[in-house]
Amino acid sequence: MIPAKFDYVRPSSVEEAVSALQQAGEDAKILAGGQSLLPVLRLRMAAPSTVIDLGGIPELKRIGEDDQYVMVGAMATHHEVMRNDLIKQHVELISQATETVADPQVRHRGTLGGALAHADPAGDLGAAALALDAEFVILGSGGTRLVPAAEFFQDYFTTAIGEGEILTMIRFPKYTGWKTHYEKFNRVAQAWSMVAVAVALKVDGGSISEARIGLTNMGNVPIRATGVERALVGQAAGPDVAKAAAEHATEGTSAPSDADAAADYREHLAKVLTGRAVLAAAG
Amino acid sequence: MTEVRVTVDGVNYADDVEPRMLLAQYLRETLGKTGTLIGCDTSNCGACTVSLNGQSVKSCSVLAVQADGAEVTTIEGLARDGTLHPVQEAFRECHGLQCGYCTPGMIMAAVDLLGDNPDPTEQEVREGIEGNLCRCTGYQNIVRAVQSAAKTMKPGAAQPTEQAAPVAGGGN
Ligand SMILES: Cc1cc2nc3c(=O)[nH]c(=O)nc-3n(C[C@H](O)[C@H](O)[C@H](O)COP(=O)(O)OP(=O)(O)OC[C@H]3O[C@@H](n4cnc5c(N)ncnc54)[C@H](O)[C@@H]3O)c2cc1C
Ligand code: FES
Ligand code: FES
Repeated sequence: MIPAKFDYVRPSSVEEAVSALQQAGEDAKILAGGQSLLPVLRLRMAAPSTVIDLGGIPELKRIGEDDQYVMVGAMATHHEVMRNDLIKQHVELISQATETVADPQVRHRGTLGGALAHADPAGDLGAAALALDAEFVILGSGGTRLVPAAEFFQDYFTTAIGEGEILTMIRFPKYTGWKTHYEKFNRVAQAWSMVAVAVALKVDGGSISEARIGLTNMGNVPIRATGVERALVGQAAGPDVAKAAAEHATEGTSAPSDADAAADYREHLAKVLTGRAVLAAAG
Repeated sequence: MTEVRVTVDGVNYADDVEPRMLLAQYLRETLGKTGTLIGCDTSNCGACTVSLNGQSVKSCSVLAVQADGAEVTTIEGLARDGTLHPVQEAFRECHGLQCGYCTPGMIMAAVDLLGDNPDPTEQEVREGIEGNLCRCTGYQNIVRAVQSAAKTMKPGAAQPTEQAAPVAGGGN
């Protein structure tokens, strides 16, 4: 099928994009890489009156750094994120999670900002962004606001991005030298996570001094596994420690049941994958 | 209607299209390039894969207007003067197809992979064609074909013809 008719706008600056969005009203949709939006439009699950394409705004693709942060423009593609040296060096967990997303064709088009704004509970980047306390730069007619990851993901496919607003940038505190791993379990023919675990560990003199762990698809939004984090701190990462800590992986979760997996199976997966991810990160 | 200007398989085009027209539709229905196939409604099958500015994309998941100013290579633009591209030749040699429906997309994905990684392992080939589904072959001979093409395309390898193999996305 093909999408229903819509008007198409391709602004060349973020200011133009915001005013186009305001003008078009509540039926407008932003188009980033189109890898989630176009399938939705083709299936006629949405029929926006206006589509505002962010593809003509070069500044939204920029990836840069300052002393504390790596800043990634919302329109940086998965392909660009995966291969970026700044991201590899300071927030490697994002490179690792991005490598598991979809397939080469989708990664050539799909963007970091689009994936996070889409907020699919089975999407891979939310848990990593949450674990790393990413911050979301959101622009509206009233100017820019900064939303922490813990407040960004609000519900199933729902984020803090309001009507008339655009996500312009995601900034990540630097975790240089941390040990990270993204462990994902998916059906072979589809890349979407049934469950996945994002782990970042700071290891000092053989023992874990800080742990950050995010869970994918264990609830309507990405979830921080704080029980696991607490159980790891002060320990030397080994199989017994990882296994004991992983027992806490289901605390505070509300795993969905669907055609891929029942909730209790997801809970089992969360524990097994957490154990594996901690060991692989500590590796 | 919105104007798009694109280069497809080395030829320049300018057309007024509806913004909702998919690139796959534009290639097939406006330009008559039916070598690019459509196999699903969910961006999963990869039959529609083409090269857009040197990168593989699913042309059912790109609007024609998004390709404005771009260079597109389809399966129809790979052969040169009647000589098949080494990846096409390898699919023929290694029986990398049965019904052939997935083949144009598989070949475009493989050309992209080899442009990026000229000497992929079996696992890397499987990951490179992850976005393309085949209902017939069980993938075995497709993987073999891609690895065989990699050997022929290696610089210095004996080429089946005098011509240099076009690189990924080279719509010259
Ligand atoms: C076959 C297939 C497999 C996939 N597998 C995976 C997978 O394994 N893991 C995974 O995480 N994802 C997967 N995806 C999704 C992929 O990551 C998409 O790239 C992503 O979900 C959307 O990014 P996009 O840039 O294409 O956004 P679009 O599709 O353009 O937009 C998505 C939504 O976000 C909104 N939006 C986009 N950008 C902004 C912005 N800057 N500000 C405000 N709103 C915005 C849009 O209005 C739209 O509602 C898959 C997709 C496909 C087609
Ligand atoms: S037609 Fe199936 S992915 Fe494009
Ligand atoms: S050969 Fe028939 S689908 Fe691949």
